Amino acid sequence: MQFQTSWIAFLTIARKEVGRIFRIWTQTLLPPIITQSLYFVIFGAFLGQRIGQVGGTTYAAFLVPGLVLMSVVTNAFTNVASSLFSTKFMRNIDEMLVAPVSPGVLLAGFCSGGIVRSILVGIIVFCVSTFFVPSTFAHPWAIIVFGLLTAFVFSLFGFLNGLFARKFDDVSIIPTFVLTPLTYLGGVFYDVSSLPPFWQHVARLNPLVYAVDGFRYGFSGIASTPVAESAIVLTVLTIVMAAGLLVCVRRGIGLRD
Amino acid sequence: MEALKISGLKKTYKTGTQALKGINLTLEAGSITALLGANGAGKTTLIAILTGLVNKSDGSVCVFEHDIDSDPQAVRSMIGVVPQEFNFNIFEKVEDIVVNQAGYYGVPRDRAKVRTEFLLRELGLWDKRKSVGRTLSGGMKRRLMIARALVHEPRLLLLDEPSAGVDVELRHGMWEFIRKMHAAGTTVIMTTHYLEEAENLCENVVIMKKGEIIKSGAVKVLLRDAKEQSFVVTVVRPTGTEEIIGVSLVDGQSVTDYVQKLAAEGTFVRDIRPKANRLEELFLEVNS
Repeated sequence: MQFQTSWIAFLTIARKEVGRIFRIWTQTLLPPIITQSLYFVIFGAFLGQRIGQVGGTTYAAFLVPGLVLMSVVTNAFTNVASSLFSTKFMRNIDEMLVAPVSPGVLLAGFCSGGIVRSILVGIIVFCVSTFFVPSTFAHPWAIIVFGLLTAFVFSLFGFLNGLFARKFDDVSIIPTFVLTPLTYLGGVFYDVSSLPPFWQHVARLNPLVYAVDGFRYGFSGIASTPVAESAIVLTVLTIVMAAGLLVCVRRGIGLRD
Repeated sequence: MEALKISGLKKTYKTGTQALKGINLTLEAGSITALLGANGAGKTTLIAILTGLVNKSDGSVCVFEHDIDSDPQAVRSMIGVVPQEFNFNIFEKVEDIVVNQAGYYGVPRDRAKVRTEFLLRELGLWDKRKSVGRTLSGGMKRRLMIARALVHEPRLLLLDEPSAGVDVELRHGMWEFIRKMHAAGTTVIMTTHYLEEAENLCENVVIMKKGEIIKSGAVKVLLRDAKEQSFVVTVVRPTGTEEIIGVSLVDGQSVTDYVQKLAAEGTFVRDIRPKANRLEELFLEVNS
């Protein structure tokens, strides 16, 4: 009975979150197609021809997994952060807080929107990339595993941002000053193993390095970090984030007075 | 059976404001109670604690014998709340707002749709079911929040100023609806600033002041014990001039005595009516 109640509550939040993505598709699905197409044209087609081979493939082919994952990361994060914050701002989060919705259901419901949007955008961006460069799938399982893990972990980061945000500025500050640098320094545009040893160690503090490396392994079959290590790092990060957020939601931090 | 049992409930906000200073209250199942008090008395904080929107600082709360701390999910499943301010998603359709709310309580979608249709028809919103929330009038929004609060068939309905900003006709319609819910066995607690509303609708009143309950009990008993009652009396003096005077009768004085006293002076009473609602007088008396 309790499971059924929670399952229906989860489906309700998930349906609402996914419905929101399609309701405002010009803000959620359209912009990544345009920005990522520009990346492919400028970095892949124009500059890529001058760069030559990277990590055993053409620069354009090297870019594809990174740009797809970059879209996954930003869309997972911003979807959950903005949806949670606007729900708090309009106070309709109260609809869920007064109901017997458990912290786990609330968290999973909001994250489901982030995961669905980021995976959809990832697929769209990948489809766009095929107009510029042919892709290979060396290990499709790695694409699915790292794609989903990354979508989930950055949905959790988005939830964290939405939880602590008090004004609209707070929702845009983190993507600008934290997420974008992490993405650009996470091996999307270059191979981390090509960095000097010291900077390689610094780069490994960035979880996106593991996500991009594991995801790229799914396309090219080449990884600069053991794939198992990347998967473990992302899994541990997911568990720690989810556990921390569950404690916050249970205590009502950022939600209840 | 007790619908609500509150013991030593305290709430101090981070700002240091003591909104509740250890209140005790017991309400029987099936009762209808008005929470009265000036702004800042602690009524909304009390309701927010019952619904889980505000964490209490101390004390205990039991709803139908389920403790709010040890069994919060069970408590929430039994409560329906109509908040003071509109808090639904204004971009969602009326029907979706109500159906989704049922979903949060674990009501299967097909059953939720049937219940939603019933409530929207009852509250005169069925024609607006496909309209988005922001296009509704104030009264419609208020009724939408009532439909949303009742969609999971709660045993305890909390109404925080349900008729604020609603016109007279709609207010009376709302009263009828609340009476119907109450007759069906729902326990109702409502806050209101309209004392006429409390007197007409409620069996019990709880008067709060600065985070404390200063008076509570059955409306009839409290009114019987009220010390003073004011009237507006239209009199015709022996000279033939008509005059309107205000009269306050204190404990022990009756209207008959007063009229007889005027008659003895040769003054004829043409009309006599209460100056204010009796509950309003009691409220002002205990708040003074």
